[in-house]
Amino acid sequence: MADKIVTEGLNAYFGDVRAVKNVDLRIPERAITAVIGPSGCGKSTLIRCMNRMHEVVRGARVEGRVLLDGKDIYSATTDAVEVRTRVGMVFQKPNPFPTMSVYDNVVAGLRLNGERDWNKLDATAERSLKLAALWDEVKGQLDASGVSLSGGQQQRLCIARALAVEPEVLLLDEPCSALDPIATAKIEDLLFDLKDRYTIVIVTHNMQQAARISNFTAFMYLGELIEFDATKKIFENPERELTEKYITGRFG
Amino acid sequence: MNNFKRRKLVNMLASGVALTCVVLAVVPLIYILIEVVRIGAPAIDWEFLTSRTKGTGEPGEGIGNAILGTLLLVGYASAIGLPIGIFTGIYVSEFGNNRFGETVRFFNDILANFPSIVIGLLAYALVVDYMDVGFSLIAGAFALAIIMIPIVANTTEEALRMVPNSLREGALALGVPRRRAVMRIMLVNAKAGVVTGSLLAVARIAGETAPLILTAFYSNYWSASPFEPIASLPQTIFRNYNSPSEVLLQQAWGAALVLITIVLAINISVRLLMRSRTKKSKAVKKTWLTRLSLRA
Amino acid sequence: MVAEASEHGRLDHAGTGMAKARKHSSPIGPLASTGDMLFKYAVMAVALFTLVLVWFLVLMMLFEAGDSIAEFGGGFLIGDVWDPNREVYGALPFVFGTLLTSAMAILIGVPLSVGVAIYLSELSPPWLREPLSFLVELLAAVPSVIYGLWAMYALRPVMVDTIEPFFKTVLGWTPFFEGEPIGLDKFTAGIILAIMIIPTVASVSKEAMMAVPLSQREAALSLGATRYETTRMAVLTYARSGIFGACILGLGRAIGETMAVTMTIGNANLISWSLLDPGQTMSSLIANNWGEADGLQLSALIEIGIVLFVIALVVNVFARLIVGRFMKAVPTTGGGL
Repeated sequence: MADKIVTEGLNAYFGDVRAVKNVDLRIPERAITAVIGPSGCGKSTLIRCMNRMHEVVRGARVEGRVLLDGKDIYSATTDAVEVRTRVGMVFQKPNPFPTMSVYDNVVAGLRLNGERDWNKLDATAERSLKLAALWDEVKGQLDASGVSLSGGQQQRLCIARALAVEPEVLLLDEPCSALDPIATAKIEDLLFDLKDRYTIVIVTHNMQQAARISNFTAFMYLGELIEFDATKKIFENPERELTEKYITGRFG
Repeated sequence: MNNFKRRKLVNMLASGVALTCVVLAVVPLIYILIEVVRIGAPAIDWEFLTSRTKGTGEPGEGIGNAILGTLLLVGYASAIGLPIGIFTGIYVSEFGNNRFGETVRFFNDILANFPSIVIGLLAYALVVDYMDVGFSLIAGAFALAIIMIPIVANTTEEALRMVPNSLREGALALGVPRRRAVMRIMLVNAKAGVVTGSLLAVARIAGETAPLILTAFYSNYWSASPFEPIASLPQTIFRNYNSPSEVLLQQAWGAALVLITIVLAINISVRLLMRSRTKKSKAVKKTWLTRLSLRA
Repeated sequence: MVAEASEHGRLDHAGTGMAKARKHSSPIGPLASTGDMLFKYAVMAVALFTLVLVWFLVLMMLFEAGDSIAEFGGGFLIGDVWDPNREVYGALPFVFGTLLTSAMAILIGVPLSVGVAIYLSELSPPWLREPLSFLVELLAAVPSVIYGLWAMYALRPVMVDTIEPFFKTVLGWTPFFEGEPIGLDKFTAGIILAIMIIPTVASVSKEAMMAVPLSQREAALSLGATRYETTRMAVLTYARSGIFGACILGLGRAIGETMAVTMTIGNANLISWSLLDPGQTMSSLIANNWGEADGLQLSALIEIGIVLFVIALVVNVFARLIVGRFMKAVPTTGGGL
């Protein structure tokens, strides 16, 4: 299995605070990689470095390299906007555009690229909503506002919106933390179905979730990458004592 | 990819347009300052500042009476408007979480943005005409006071709201009566905010012209009587701005320079005051809690 | 709202709890609560004072305008003649003048202001934001009469020599640019009004844009939107009601503005669609004629004031209902209308 994203000596800062410290990580292609660790350990910051969303925050900066298919996304010749079309992202809290309909939310990314062919837009909307397992629930209310949906539906709408741009990688930053167990289960099923086509990186504070859905797991602590391996190995027989402590809940 | 280049270009163009807007907005300010200084400054000398306007355009005229008039108008207006504004702010912040408080707040917001010429008319109707005082310092000050009140009330309210609740509760818990908690502790802690608001209100009314036309009128003489018409800097500018006399025109620019200096000085010092306040606020809170506990 | 209400409740609670505690420790004794009540009502009376006073004054104004109201009735609003010699007075030319110049101010001032707000909220480097915002707010601090003076001697020549001939060449075939460029006309008045509403509209719009959650911008950026596209897609749409309210607030300011308009509009009591013709607004009419007017004309001027009062009230109430929470951003530095 090839590596889709490789970080080399990655450091991320908020002002003077170093949130990610010297992380070397290889994210395998077409698989789900989970990033776990206690809150504040830098896991969200780490994945935000992978589509250059970290620099959006005031005072934030990045050192080191992040290779997407072997090409550094932080090189002078790479454009952040282009990176983000290839590496999509779903956030902790669902953030559909409240002034747009369900349909417009899904095709928002395509429209940016100047797509005006309605047939194509319709087809993409349907395909993305189906991929996000939302089509059956919203096909009758595509004109409704994006925020009229339930929390779980909104989050799947955000996934559909990210998928509509046809990214190669999908980053998810604790996508289920604001959702109830039923909605969480739906999203987990969906991610499981998507992994054959996409490289997925999911940040979660929920170890069971990581164990359930991921193929690989990275454990972070205080900004450092402690251990990275196949999920089974991490959960059953971790190399590091720190990892084991965290997995077994004997932490801090 | 071509599409992508186009989008980057649009992005750059849009940023350029936004920046141009900023430049276009700021240019008049700079231009006004330059012109006022360039034309007004040569007029300024001791004689100009201390002799009165005569309105005849003879050399030797000054704006002394207009400066005095503006100071008197602002002084009288502050004497009326500041206490009312501050107490209104106290009411809205400390007792105003009800329907009446909402009404007062709503009303003050409306009044704060209301055309000042209409406020001049209101003052005319009451003081000049009904009370039969005639065009006078007091009528002008009354109009300016009404303009002041909502500004002072709003900033006082905001300043009081920014005082940490713990301080309010701390005072009450120590057995300090409510009125004293408000007047001695809350207000003292909100002092910087209240002073800020008052200064801004003063700067605002110092430049008001329209209401004065309707109420204070003008006088070419030295006058300090509350019941006589009185000169003021803005009025001096308005009366002379299109005068064919070079001397009177120069008077207008000189008055503009003095006026804008006063107004900008107040605004800039308020800005500096606000900056130091945000740095100090924590220290203030601590000293007050210590003092309070000492008293108890 | 809920939070405020509960805060109020908690304070009262603290008050009653305190009264008990005080019996043991405080020298002030039970009189304190009476004193507190007195204090509360005294403060309330002051707050009530302005409210009652202004409405009382409005009644007085109606009384003062009585002669004119009795003479012209409803016809005052549609009367297009203002003739002190024949003692015939109508408000239409001035309502027209006010609306036309205010519309121009909005047309020119709003796009500029929104551009300023976008730059300050979305694009400006952090270190530049504060000083630039301050400069824009200072624009509101300059007294209106100084704007007028400046417009007369600095803006007018530019209007006469460059801007007005340009528009006449390009748009001379429309009814809006008939006549010769003179510089003291509705065009100049509209431009100066546009400049004067910028601080209000820009500050409130900026506040509305900065209130847009970061998550909305992130949503757009993560889809591969450029900075401009993010602003358009996530920020402007989200903040649109705040921006709209800011425009109404600017409209209110333009409608009531007196001095700068009086000094630039040319003061002619006529209705003309051409921006190159002089005109008169409600406020400039009052300012111009106040000194000489008496009797019926004075009464009619006050009635004009009442019409202005009503229009300004409607616009400002509307603005306040829309912007409510952004209202505090209005630069109170405002200099003399």
